[in-house]
Amino acid sequence: MHISSKIKSVPPSGIRKFFDIVSQMKDVVSLGVGEPDFVTPWRIREACIYSLGKGYTTYTSNYGLLELRRLIAADIEKTYGVEYNPENQLLITVGASEAIMLVMHAILEPGDEVIIPEPCFVAYKPCVIFAGGNPVTVCTDHTSGFLPAPEEIEAAVTPRTRAIFLSYPNNPTGAVMPKETLQAIVDIAVKHNLYIISDDIYDKLIYGETHTCIPSLPGAYQRTVYVNGFSKAYAMTGWRIGFAAANPELLEAMMKVHQYMVMCAPIMAQMAAIEAMKNGEQDMQDMVRQYNHRRGLIVKSLNNMGLECTTPKGAFYAFPSIKSTGLSSEEFAEKLLLEEKVAVVPGNSFGDCGEGYVRCAYATSIQNIQIAMERMSRFVKKISS
Amino acid sequence: MNEILKILETDCRLSPEEIAAMTGRTPKEVKELIADLEEKGIIRRYKAVIDWEKTGDERIFALIDVKVSPERGVGFDAIAEQIYRYPEVHTVYLVSGLHDLRVVVEGKSMKEVAFFVAEKLATVDRVQSTSTHFLLKRYKEDGVFFDIPESDKRLAIVP
Ligand SMILES: Cc1ncc(COP(=O)(O)O)c(C=O)c1O
Repeated sequence: MHISSKIKSVPPSGIRKFFDIVSQMKDVVSLGVGEPDFVTPWRIREACIYSLGKGYTTYTSNYGLLELRRLIAADIEKTYGVEYNPENQLLITVGASEAIMLVMHAILEPGDEVIIPEPCFVAYKPCVIFAGGNPVTVCTDHTSGFLPAPEEIEAAVTPRTRAIFLSYPNNPTGAVMPKETLQAIVDIAVKHNLYIISDDIYDKLIYGETHTCIPSLPGAYQRTVYVNGFSKAYAMTGWRIGFAAANPELLEAMMKVHQYMVMCAPIMAQMAAIEAMKNGEQDMQDMVRQYNHRRGLIVKSLNNMGLECTTPKGAFYAFPSIKSTGLSSEEFAEKLLLEEKVAVVPGNSFGDCGEGYVRCAYATSIQNIQIAMERMSRFVKKISS
Repeated sequence: MNEILKILETDCRLSPEEIAAMTGRTPKEVKELIADLEEKGIIRRYKAVIDWEKTGDERIFALIDVKVSPERGVGFDAIAEQIYRYPEVHTVYLVSGLHDLRVVVEGKSMKEVAFFVAEKLATVDRVQSTSTHFLLKRYKEDGVFFDIPESDKRLAIVP
């Protein structure tokens, strides 16, 4: 039977193959997981259980519970000084993932181009393609701290360009873009009348720097879709709650797609998110503190074993170069898994320019990091001798 | 400094080198800071949290609420000291509420503990009354769950 050529044009996920090998093995220490090792804080789980007990099992407004939207709007305003009207500028979605897909459907005409700096989260390109657009990637590497220069972004602009994706702190590199660079890219967007999709899912997981919220920059507010969610900051990946904030016209358009695609995000998860917004701050900060410790340990160990690793400033990923080993990312990851039972994700899963790197998630215990680093160091020694 | 204490409180077996990497200091700095914390008596001791029940080694604990009449000049401290010097006494707290001291006593059997309370604790001068609660089960201690080891439920590879 026929399968849409648009769907077929997206290659199967490179991670999938790996996943199949790992699931056959025992005693693997995984640095391959892009989600917190912490279980959702108990107060948040308990709030959900309580609301279930009370019988909250219905649809909500398509936009999501107004109380949750109000809390989120208040938090964004308090943290970044950016104002969104919770009535018509905020949409609760099924994870940030859904929000990203909604934007694409809401803004793209067939053949429109979207600029995506790589390496980046695996879903951006497919989302553009599924919505009929063409992704245009801009490569970065560790010599620039995985940050594209504004000129490189501008060089990728054509008359068909509709939007630019920006996601800092970044998955998989942990890079954080300085305010001045963000402003320069915003200026480009203004000049060429482009949207900016700012995926801020890791904004709370930032170490020793302050996060710049793109819509707070001059010229950015009207043209930026602010995407965020609860998965990473509150260890709530399985709840599938995210949100988008934008100007009312665009948000209305996104809501239309959302309304006919999923109706609304699950009420139980929205109830839990309300608790996270109200009382989750301390739990979140405790987790951030621990990620920061792990970050120091893993970066030190990777550099010590001869894998050059710039210090990630946010998220929970280290992205060391493995070029010195002479192996490709996939060879490295596969051999490391088979010989030493440590799972990492080959860098090329996040874009062609991720070749020569692997992603090591430090969202795992200090003990696991110690074991993984010991095994990995042994592996690197073995292959370079 | 508090950062280092928090790290040691959850795992005191980490090396100065590891703690240095975790906190962005040099190993030398960490060693000096820890030595200083030890010297100041801020770090009292390094210990393991043990689930003795699993060893089959029976240990009985009792929480004993003690009402005392404090002594002029020294308040509760002198009586508390008289109690906490016994090796059977595991912990002593001064508490607010109906009672004054909460004493945790450890023994090999219920009989031994009961005997200690009746013979020693209750007869300490100025102890007015004792109320003994035998510990039946530990669910959580020092922040550690005793009952449920929480397993990692994540898939091994996730984008
Ligand atoms: C950059 C980035 N954006 C979005 C997501 C998806 O988040 P959610 O769970 O909210 O759909 C991820 C998850 O890995 C991510 O890394």
